[in-house]
Amino acid sequence: MSRYLDLLKGMLGAAPTKPEKVSEKVQKIMFLKYEDKDRYIKEKLHARDHHIVSHKWRNRRWAVLIATNLLFVFSFWLDIQILEGALTASRFVGFHLIDLNSALHVMLAHKHIIVNLFIGTFTVFLLWVLLGGRSFCSWVCPYHLLAEWTEKLHLWLVDRKIVTDHEFHRGTRTVFWLLFALLSVVTGYTIFETISPTGILSRALIYGPGLALGWVFLLLLFEVFWSRRAWCRYVCPIGLTYGAVGALSPLQVSFHVEHCFHEGDCRKVCLVPHVLDVTIKGRAAEETLGLGPDCTRCGLCVDICPTGALRFEVKGLAKLL
Amino acid sequence: MSENEPRPAAHKPAMSIEKAQKARRKFLQSVGLTAGIVGISLLGYIPVSSARAPRLRPPGALDEADFLSSCIKCGQCVQVCPVAAIKLGDIDDGFGLGVPYIAARDQACDFSCDAVQCILACPTGSLTYEKPDFLKVRAGAPLAHAPILKAKEKDAEPSLNLKERFGVARLARPASCLAVQGKGFKGLARGADFEGEMRYVDVDRWAPIPVRDHPYERDICDLCVTECPIKDAISLQPFVNEAGDQRFMPVVQEQCVGCGVCEMICPVDPAAIVVDAQAVWKEAAR
Repeated sequence: MSRYLDLLKGMLGAAPTKPEKVSEKVQKIMFLKYEDKDRYIKEKLHARDHHIVSHKWRNRRWAVLIATNLLFVFSFWLDIQILEGALTASRFVGFHLIDLNSALHVMLAHKHIIVNLFIGTFTVFLLWVLLGGRSFCSWVCPYHLLAEWTEKLHLWLVDRKIVTDHEFHRGTRTVFWLLFALLSVVTGYTIFETISPTGILSRALIYGPGLALGWVFLLLLFEVFWSRRAWCRYVCPIGLTYGAVGALSPLQVSFHVEHCFHEGDCRKVCLVPHVLDVTIKGRAAEETLGLGPDCTRCGLCVDICPTGALRFEVKGLAKLL
Repeated sequence: MSENEPRPAAHKPAMSIEKAQKARRKFLQSVGLTAGIVGISLLGYIPVSSARAPRLRPPGALDEADFLSSCIKCGQCVQVCPVAAIKLGDIDDGFGLGVPYIAARDQACDFSCDAVQCILACPTGSLTYEKPDFLKVRAGAPLAHAPILKAKEKDAEPSLNLKERFGVARLARPASCLAVQGKGFKGLARGADFEGEMRYVDVDRWAPIPVRDHPYERDICDLCVTECPIKDAISLQPFVNEAGDQRFMPVVQEQCVGCGVCEMICPVDPAAIVVDAQAVWKEAAR
């Protein structure tokens, strides 16, 4: 329970802490791991040598993200009517689907909920409870994909010391979430929706480009030249909303301390590296740990881990089988 | 944020000076980021508050402020419109970004969907058949009775499920109106390049065709009257002008819903008759 609370606090912006108590099993694992230093190094190098670098999960994810967005586009362009609307609200073969954050802001601003709005919101809520909340970010959001590509450029520039990365406090996103909710209630306008690159990009794909893409471009520039993945990490309330929704999700990336050599490759590729704090030596209190609600289930860490210490898992499924 | 910023208090030995400075810088930058993004987001209020002319919203739209607050910006109304009359606002519309509107002169709503499909498609009730009780109804906005669609006049149910108008037509430039000048009209109403569409019942009851494929020939121009999709919304009235000549003039009547077909079809440029977006019926408002 305390781990669960810590994860929620971590999502809201708190810095990860060292566990007060490490289970006996983990103590034993760590003892065995470091008992013979030479063997440990040998095993580590062995794992490295045999690691086939794959982009399996990244490729699957990009395919799903592109396919989902194209389904929106073609439903309109070719009039195949499978997924009509945009990411903010749509109908999948007639069933209402409504983005949770957009729905929240309409409810707060308009202060009236009609049946279709409720049905659509509830359906999507269930969907993301099952599929793991922030999976929306990495598997659906079109801005995530663009930002992922420009992130490469940013890292390249950082590598050559042309730009430096500026980190903000992660709690900023929580402040944004509260401020935008407050603004919706007080002003009666869904203000976040007018600057959300997720909505802007989704509509631009489906209904054609507009001036609003200039704003998305500015955000990407900011991320390339100032701060790595700034929008997703420090601003976007959609991520926090979905994070909260997926807090109890059975679908997660889990960490198995037994297989980890604590080298930290995973933290370097992660959008939300604080969720991988458990991979630091001495931070894992249990043998197996879910990465928690802020993890976008993007799978980059799963791809890069040379030892299989990080994997996709459905909670409880292993026990059932 | 440089070397000359105040040193952190000396009684905090738990954190090195460098670390404290870093944390402080991070905090200030985070505050800056918050202020910057919120500031930019509030810029959207400028186009909303200084709107020169209100946008013509799709039929069944709530009053402007409620419309902007309830619209989820998904464009499902855009997708169902058979004549593609509905467009979405861009970033220069401020809070109206992604919110649907109709540019009547380019493509008016001609109700060729028969059932006001955009209202049916709206997931949030921004476009609605039945306004919720807590929203007030502006005087002059309600229609005296359900508008009768000329195309459906012989059907068992000829009316549209529309309780309030979304605009009112007005003869804005009577001097340029062909009927007022005593002129007829022959040819394509909007020229060969015009891309707008309309449903002509005698051509095809179910599918709209381009206006440029439908030439007209009239002794006295009455396109706004004959092409109006709503019954009893506009008529051609005789009058005697200052020179003593017998002339005609289109007169907008109380059943006008504000669809904008008259503005689209008017062959003079700029249109002699225009639709005033979000306007109410003045006589009823008094």
